[in-house]
Amino acid sequence: MSTPTFGSDELAQFRRTFFEECTELLADLEERLGALVVSSSDVESLNAIFRAVHSVKAGAGAFGYTVLVGFAHRFEALLDRLRDGKAELDERTLVSLVAAADVFSALVDLARQGEVPADDFGADVAEELAILLGSETAPRPAARSPGSAAEELPASKEKTYRIIFRPNAELFRRANEPLYLLRELKTLGALAVDCDLSRLPSFETFNADDSYLGWTMTLRSDCSPDAIAEVFEFVDNECVLTIAEADATEAKPDEAAPAIAASSKPTIVAPSSPSESKPAESKSAGKTGSISSIRVDLYRVDRLVNMVGELVIAQAMLAQQFIESRDHDDPAANQGFEHLAGLTRELQECVMAIRMQPVKSVFSRMPRLVRDVGHKTGKDVRLEMAGEQTEVDKTVIEELADPLTHMIRNAVDHGIEDAEVRLAAGKPAEGVIRLSAQHAGSNILIHVEDDGAGLDRDRLLAKATEKGIVSANVKLSGEEIDELIFAPGFSTAAAVTDVSGRGVGMDVVRRNVQALGGRVQVTSTAGKGTRFTLVIPLTLAVLDGMVVAVGWEKYILPLTSIVESFRPGRGQIRVIPGGGEVVSIRGEFVRLIHLARVFGVSEAVTDPCEGLVVLIELANGSKLGVVVDELIGQQQVVIKSLQDNYDPVPGISGATILGNGRVALIVDIEELTRLYDRNVRIADATTRPMAANA
Amino acid sequence: MPRKILTVDDSRTMRDMVSYTLKGAGFEVLEAEDGLKALGILANHRVDLIITDINMPNMDGVTLVKRVRAGGPHVSTPILILTTESGDDRKASGKAAGATGWIVKPFAPEKLLSVVNKVCPA
Amino acid sequence: MAESQDLPSIGPNSGPDIAAALTRQFISFRVGDDEFAIDIMAVREIKGWTETTVLPNQQDYMLGVLNLRGTIVPIFDLRCRFGLGLTTATRSHVVIIVAISGRLLGLLVDAVSDILTVNAADIRPVPDVDQPIDNAFLAGIIPVGDGMVVLLSLENLFANHGPANTAVAA
Repeated sequence: MSTPTFGSDELAQFRRTFFEECTELLADLEERLGALVVSSSDVESLNAIFRAVHSVKAGAGAFGYTVLVGFAHRFEALLDRLRDGKAELDERTLVSLVAAADVFSALVDLARQGEVPADDFGADVAEELAILLGSETAPRPAARSPGSAAEELPASKEKTYRIIFRPNAELFRRANEPLYLLRELKTLGALAVDCDLSRLPSFETFNADDSYLGWTMTLRSDCSPDAIAEVFEFVDNECVLTIAEADATEAKPDEAAPAIAASSKPTIVAPSSPSESKPAESKSAGKTGSISSIRVDLYRVDRLVNMVGELVIAQAMLAQQFIESRDHDDPAANQGFEHLAGLTRELQECVMAIRMQPVKSVFSRMPRLVRDVGHKTGKDVRLEMAGEQTEVDKTVIEELADPLTHMIRNAVDHGIEDAEVRLAAGKPAEGVIRLSAQHAGSNILIHVEDDGAGLDRDRLLAKATEKGIVSANVKLSGEEIDELIFAPGFSTAAAVTDVSGRGVGMDVVRRNVQALGGRVQVTSTAGKGTRFTLVIPLTLAVLDGMVVAVGWEKYILPLTSIVESFRPGRGQIRVIPGGGEVVSIRGEFVRLIHLARVFGVSEAVTDPCEGLVVLIELANGSKLGVVVDELIGQQQVVIKSLQDNYDPVPGISGATILGNGRVALIVDIEELTRLYDRNVRIADATTRPMAANA
Repeated sequence: MPRKILTVDDSRTMRDMVSYTLKGAGFEVLEAEDGLKALGILANHRVDLIITDINMPNMDGVTLVKRVRAGGPHVSTPILILTTESGDDRKASGKAAGATGWIVKPFAPEKLLSVVNKVCPA
Repeated sequence: MAESQDLPSIGPNSGPDIAAALTRQFISFRVGDDEFAIDIMAVREIKGWTETTVLPNQQDYMLGVLNLRGTIVPIFDLRCRFGLGLTTATRSHVVIIVAISGRLLGLLVDAVSDILTVNAADIRPVPDVDQPIDNAFLAGIIPVGDGMVVLLSLENLFANHGPANTAVAA
């Protein structure tokens, strides 16, 4: 096997490309594999899987990942037989393909990490592949690399060869050119050429596309016969070729040397060689390559995103300084600033769009997961997917994988009932899980839905009580009970199963989703099924925010959660026993939370009727009235992480830099109630018993 | 004028490696990710050599070779197929379709250049 | 910082290079009447005090965050950290931006005094005495003229501010 001798920089770059490509290929492979059904003949999928394996193999070969190449070879061989219809896709084969895909993917990971797999890595799977392949396709010895023999042979003394080369008539049809071969032969040693014109037809029957000439040559060289054969490698089957070692005395090198000029004879036929034609060349003038996409290092894109973020801030700062300056009523300057603001916004949108990718790359892993878990739990489950092309920021996609995997696994393990139970309930034995994505404003909406039994509220409540998550005497609504599955430390598994019993609960899912600035909610109907909805911002880099003032501080509320804002009249506010406050709006009572009190801000408005109430809808659909001093305005802000240099701050999801250069905090509205209960209510009513969730 | 080569492969890694090697040797390189896209490029560009993978979506290499050989300005342009060592039968089918020669993957840059120069010398 | 602590052993032919490696540099600053020093390798910049954005429900000594050319940097009041009460910060107060374990943070001090070049061997251990400042913060004592400068261990000062937050909130 030849080893590439690229420079280390190039090799590193190719390797990066290779692993990027592997990720895509493996995702595609997973998806296709997930779609395969026993005893079907989905040749298109098999072809695609074959290509993925084949592409990885080719690249792996280039980088010397021999174990990967070896495994890929068997995997590919089986796929090849399947797509050619020489093997049948039965249950055993399908299971093996899935297992092989696992090993394959693991081998790619090892290679990516620069680790060499153990000798017996995936040996059982490889063995199974070999069995399925049968003996006839046992790994054949690597084909001898052409030319290597010549290189390996010790240099021998000069010999004289007699070579007869008589191409078939159709040699030119494959663009092989005898002249090139003769020239190449000449590089091996002293060459004498004798052209055989005997086959030339009469001019009337001459076909310019056919080859009529033959050559008899004498070569004096220290090369091996193999090296000579290699020259004719590509025309082996299209000519009569004999290479023989001539009697040394027969050779007359002194005569041979001048005879080299004879090699110009074939040029007589050169005009008939179509490869020499030139007239079409002008056609290409003016047109450039039809390349429609380029690949860019993610680091560069990130830098661009950051730079544009800084630009947005700088632009906002400049605009603010202008407004505060004496010239703020200059119409031309005003127009200029507006134009600049518009351009900046547009630029930012363009840059953000670069990072957008379809959720397909995550969704495509799910069919496989459903089948695996279905297999383990003995359940018959079908996965339906929609909206795979919905685009979302690349970082969001990466963070989606874990929560989705967990929810889908849960849906199969806990959501879908056993077949007997389903049949008894009048449902089809096969359960259905629907995974869908769609855009909703600046968010992506992802639904994970099953047609299973729905959440068992009695069991949830019993369990939560038992674990001390709720106290026994608290009355919870059905929706509040459903919400308990997100409570920290709450595990829904009645029995610890192989599938879900890993101590990871839905609380982790909710945390993950919240870390993305999103929310997750659940709705469930007994006997009909459960539906999880994830609302996640399309990007982690910017946020549509409402800037509000509280005392001296300014906070950002996510605009997507804001329903409306209003100044309540006295009659709308009620103080309820226990120290809480509610506001009545259109017949609905909404709990009030003073941002100033949650965050301990002094010199803020304390009377809601003198400030403003911002009505907010939380992830679980409930509403909250947030009391602030005033609204400053709506603004798209660049999200900065607090956690780069500090620890998470409860109630704060991030920060941004305002036009005046100061930092403003982005409020984590989902945390507000919890914080309020903890910090404010307890402080307010120290004589009262603690809330259940303290 | 530099010799112009079209490389056709659905693997970016392979395209990159071929393209990098050829460009380094002074060739002008066009890239296509499958046979269909290659035909599109060939309709607008005159190239001196085509290097194509066999296994590709939309249109595979063998079909591409057949289409090119069926007529048009590239009917006698040399075509090299990229094949793995295990691909003896693919070599044969590529050759039968009208390929000029082949390059075995993985290849050393020098080997690629020597094969290119063999079928398409300067 | 770590590399300056790995002091090379002195060989028989210690040249000027080795001598240079044995000296360490510190920035000294004042908090109240006391002089403190930190390793100069940790210091990223020194700037005048500007208003911070207060983070809710934090320890008293956590003054909030600043925008340092697009990076959000938390600022700590050293006086308060030592349990000596909050600093009433003015424009004449100074914030030293330091990097600790990959994070940037700012230390509010009264004034920066000097850059000290000290022979590593001259740094004395902290005697075990009763004082308002927790011994864990102290990395050593540098004698300067008649007086002394207390060398601070930044890692120990801010290693635990995370868990402390939750303790206050709960």
